[in-house]
Amino acid sequence: MHAAATEATASLPIAVTYLRYIPLAPLVGVLFHIALGYRLGRRAVGLVGCAAVAVSFALATKAFLTVAGSPAGTVVTDNVYQWLSSGEFSANVAFTVDALSSVMIMVVTGVGFLIHLYSVGYMAHDEDYARFFAYLNLFTAAMLVLVLGDNLPLMFVGWEGVGLCSYLLIGFWYTDPEKASAGKKAFLVNRIGDAGFVLGAFTIFWALVDLGQGSLTFATINARAAELPAWASLAGALLLFVGATGKSAQIPLYVWLPDAMAGPTPVSALIHAATMVTAGIYMVARLHGLFEAAPFSLQVVGTVGAATALLAATIGIAQTDIKKVLAYSTVSQLGYMFLALGVGAFGAGIFHLMTHAFFKALLFLGAGSVIHGLHEEQDIRRMGGVSQKMPITHATFALGVLAIAGVPGLSGFFSKDEILASAYASGHTWLWGCGVFGASITAFYMTRLYVLTFRGEFRGDHHEWEHAHESPATMTLPLIVLAALAVVGGYVGVPAVLGGGNHFAEYLAPSVGHHQLGLDAGTELMLMGISVGAALAGIGLAWTMYSRGPKADRTLANALRGLYWQMRAAYNIDAVYDALVVQPLMRASYALWRSVDMQFIDGVANGTATAINSIGEGSRRWATGNVQHYMLTVLAGVAALVLALTLGALIGVAG
Amino acid sequence: MRNALSLLVFTPALGAMLIAAIPTGAEVLMRRLALAVSLVPLAICVWIWSVFDVSRGDFQLVERMGWLPQFGASYMVGIDGISLLLIALTVVLTPIVLIAAADSVHQRFKGYLLAMLMLETTMLGTLVAIDLLLFYVFWELMLVPMFLIIGVWGGERRVYASIKFLLFTMVGSLPMLAAIIYLALQHAGAAGHLSFALEDLYGTHLSPMAAQACFLAFFLAFAVKVPMFPLHTWLPDAHVEAPTGGSVILAGVLLKMGTYGFLRFALPLFPDAMVAASYWIGTLAVIGIVYGALVAMVQPDMKKLVAYSSVSHLGFVMLGIVALNTTGVEGAIYQMLNHGVSTGALFLLVGVVYERRHTRLIAEYGGLWKQMPIYAVCFLVIMLSSIGLPGLNGFVGEFLILLGGFRFDRVLGAVAASGVVLGAAYMLWMYQRVMFGPVTHEKNLTLTDMTRRELATMLPLIVLALVMGVYPRPFFEVMHASVATTLAYASKATAARDQAAGNPAVAHAPAAASIRMREARGHAQPPVGGHAPAGAVAAPAAGHGEAH
Repeated sequence: MHAAATEATASLPIAVTYLRYIPLAPLVGVLFHIALGYRLGRRAVGLVGCAAVAVSFALATKAFLTVAGSPAGTVVTDNVYQWLSSGEFSANVAFTVDALSSVMIMVVTGVGFLIHLYSVGYMAHDEDYARFFAYLNLFTAAMLVLVLGDNLPLMFVGWEGVGLCSYLLIGFWYTDPEKASAGKKAFLVNRIGDAGFVLGAFTIFWALVDLGQGSLTFATINARAAELPAWASLAGALLLFVGATGKSAQIPLYVWLPDAMAGPTPVSALIHAATMVTAGIYMVARLHGLFEAAPFSLQVVGTVGAATALLAATIGIAQTDIKKVLAYSTVSQLGYMFLALGVGAFGAGIFHLMTHAFFKALLFLGAGSVIHGLHEEQDIRRMGGVSQKMPITHATFALGVLAIAGVPGLSGFFSKDEILASAYASGHTWLWGCGVFGASITAFYMTRLYVLTFRGEFRGDHHEWEHAHESPATMTLPLIVLAALAVVGGYVGVPAVLGGGNHFAEYLAPSVGHHQLGLDAGTELMLMGISVGAALAGIGLAWTMYSRGPKADRTLANALRGLYWQMRAAYNIDAVYDALVVQPLMRASYALWRSVDMQFIDGVANGTATAINSIGEGSRRWATGNVQHYMLTVLAGVAALVLALTLGALIGVAG
Repeated sequence: MRNALSLLVFTPALGAMLIAAIPTGAEVLMRRLALAVSLVPLAICVWIWSVFDVSRGDFQLVERMGWLPQFGASYMVGIDGISLLLIALTVVLTPIVLIAAADSVHQRFKGYLLAMLMLETTMLGTLVAIDLLLFYVFWELMLVPMFLIIGVWGGERRVYASIKFLLFTMVGSLPMLAAIIYLALQHAGAAGHLSFALEDLYGTHLSPMAAQACFLAFFLAFAVKVPMFPLHTWLPDAHVEAPTGGSVILAGVLLKMGTYGFLRFALPLFPDAMVAASYWIGTLAVIGIVYGALVAMVQPDMKKLVAYSSVSHLGFVMLGIVALNTTGVEGAIYQMLNHGVSTGALFLLVGVVYERRHTRLIAEYGGLWKQMPIYAVCFLVIMLSSIGLPGLNGFVGEFLILLGGFRFDRVLGAVAASGVVLGAAYMLWMYQRVMFGPVTHEKNLTLTDMTRRELATMLPLIVLALVMGVYPRPFFEVMHASVATTLAYASKATAARDQAAGNPAVAHAPAAASIRMREARGHAQPPVGGHAPAGAVAAPAAGHGEAH
């Protein structure tokens, strides 16, 4: 395995001033919704909300075409102003589009636009329409800052900004305490990761200062990572990765994402599937130079990714809530992306990030369409046969399932296959094995989800069934577009062994490097065969079992014994965290307050005061409670001080 | 305006006399007049800012008059970038508090306005005094109106709280007086004349023992005021009992007098002692960060929660100061402003619902978003500012403090970073219990949203939180040169400390920064009167020499 392309330092950056409007457009939308949204009504809000993202999409396309149409390694930059400057440290508000970020902004604004459009229909009956679009626009702006920022502090602005929007949107229906709690949990778990993020940034910054170049721009970090002391690059990379495990829901910080499903479904699609949760992957890829300089950190990234991919997939098998299945599936797929990064296949990770954005957004929006059509029903045991009532939702959802399951010819197949092949080719046979096993589980639970939802007979109550209906065009149109992307999105990265040129990897190479697999065609085809076989086995097994309806869960439970119920309870990780972290912290806090503050410190203070009082005659006067009295005492005190001072000074002069 | 600073300081007091002449009953007139009076210092401050030379690190607009010439005490005032920023904070918060008074003060209205204006004079006096005796007088006088505000307009346990406030702070500052006198006498012994002017006392030779004792005395006075763990227990009581305006000023300005004291007095006067103690102080600061946050988490009372959050936030400020590098100290100064803005606003916000429901217990609320959406949004923005969300002001200060603190000591920096997580925890939890969920108490169903007047007190602070987060440059430009000067006093001692800690790379950081600053600005002045301290000139060179 060897690096085939070099860094993007060769060609000159193209300086422009329009990149700033990419995040600014949705921000203007936010101001509009806040100032006028409730007055001008839904139509205006929906229109402005979508238009703002459309503007971003248009400008993003312009930037993308500029980068794609220029010699490899060209970057487009927009330096707006110096934001922070103190001592050795400074950070600018400066945006950069290179190959990597151009792909990201296309995904964020493109998929983002479709989801805004979908929301027009989905949220049509919500009374807080303007607030919803304000949050959604704000999220888009923050996500674009995250992606476009040319330095770690600015990325962090977007990083925490998207976290805030996630918090607000998960708890959008705030009158339900459970939903509000889920939002808070998401924010706090992410904050733990964020603490790692900033400490990682600090480590790198001071190490760079010692090298004579205190800067946190990605260009500097990547360029000089190799010169950093080994401990600094390793500690920096690992701490930043802690941040990534928070935002991108990996072990041990993934626990917030399943709860985040409390938010409206378009939010789950946009934030908790297609864009925000991929920020960690983007960050690691953005800093590939740093991670490559500390090879052990990549081992950790890959291992955590593979473990998360497997763990979440097993939980996904046993879930009964349509969105929970998709949530654990997202955690699992993000694991695959980290697996790719960990074996050095940065391009493959981003490839999967993109295809996943298509098919997972599609699946979530499809799920939302089903939930919408069935009057907020989310339990797949009470669904079935929905294909009869919702043909478009059904067809598009089916394509999404095939894509994520890795059926040849669809987008997920190409990207997942590239990840697995890279893992194998780089000698990470274990990780490859985990990935293949996970792929068959993925195929299994997705097929289960599909069959229970759309096939067989409807198992809910009559009333629901009679009112079930296909969703309006604003909702089905995004489904159709995303379905098309989920099918063809992989053809930008067809591997050579299948007659393609893997243009996607080549395009990304200036940003993240490109590693040739170095496998012979036979091996590569064999690997492909194994993963396709695994996927088909999963699909076949689930199809056979769940054609009998949800009672097949029981068969599975019997086969897996206690493990199955552990899987359904998500291994009770929440309870474990609660017992190990949350409760001890709360108990300690009470203990500190009651014993240290109130008894010990105040005890000493009050005791001293009492002792002083009891000595003097004036103790009763102190207790009169007459404020004027105290006042006089104070004034007398001050007068005495000035007097003493004067005397002291006199003595000083005399002495 | 040759007497700009004196005008600034004494306008509120003069205005107070005017208001005192208004007969009781004409509350509206008093209120308007008080507001008008408090806008004068704001205008003067704007003017001062416009003429302030940001390239100079010494005292500007200096005024000196004989005061008690026979004792060497003079009325000497002057400002540098650090005090200018805190003055700005004071003159912005005071009018806001006077506007809010109409809602929160229901008896002895005139007295309250007088106390507030007198408080403004003493606070501004404390910030501009560059004669130690003058400083001390303002410092002590500052207690009087605050003591009255808590004791007269406070809640049920106001007497206990005001006495506790007074005892803690007085006990803290008496030793400082002794140290000031001792220092002046030592200087007189060497120089032959008695002086309390700060410029004269810089660089006074003290034996290490004496310097440490004097530093300890200053430390005690300032640490109580900050307040640093474990001297903080007066603060929650004072806040809970104080009326809204009292809490805003107490948290917004008074606490900063402690941290300001460290930068203006303790550090330049006793650099060696301060540097020697920096790890200890840093450790206490970090304990304060974590401890304050943990205890805030379990408070049932909103005001107490905000009070403990102040203990935590001021811990950050102290960490930045003892880091004694440019990033840490500048972050600390910025965080003083941020804390004034966000915590001041938080107390105002708590006051809004307190005036409606007469309770501050979190459990009494819930579901307020539905009833008071504007209030909820204001609270949201201020809460986010308080927990340091990037894009708002709090982040800039916290980030720089942690960056500088991490350089100072990795372990302390890392533990302090956990305070950021805990800070989010107690704030979001409180917010959730107050704003989200269904309305659980019948009384909350009739709550009305913020009035125009309440919004008028809140909007300036929200705008500041945004501007200071997005465009902090003007604030930092004001402080750069002054911070460089301040750090230069300590550079010799910090270089030695960092050498001793086996971290030679760190050794020249502040010194190098100050040199760069001087080079960049071309003509940074030595402190007034050419009494450059030994550290200012010699140390940077020495630091460099040792490092390379």
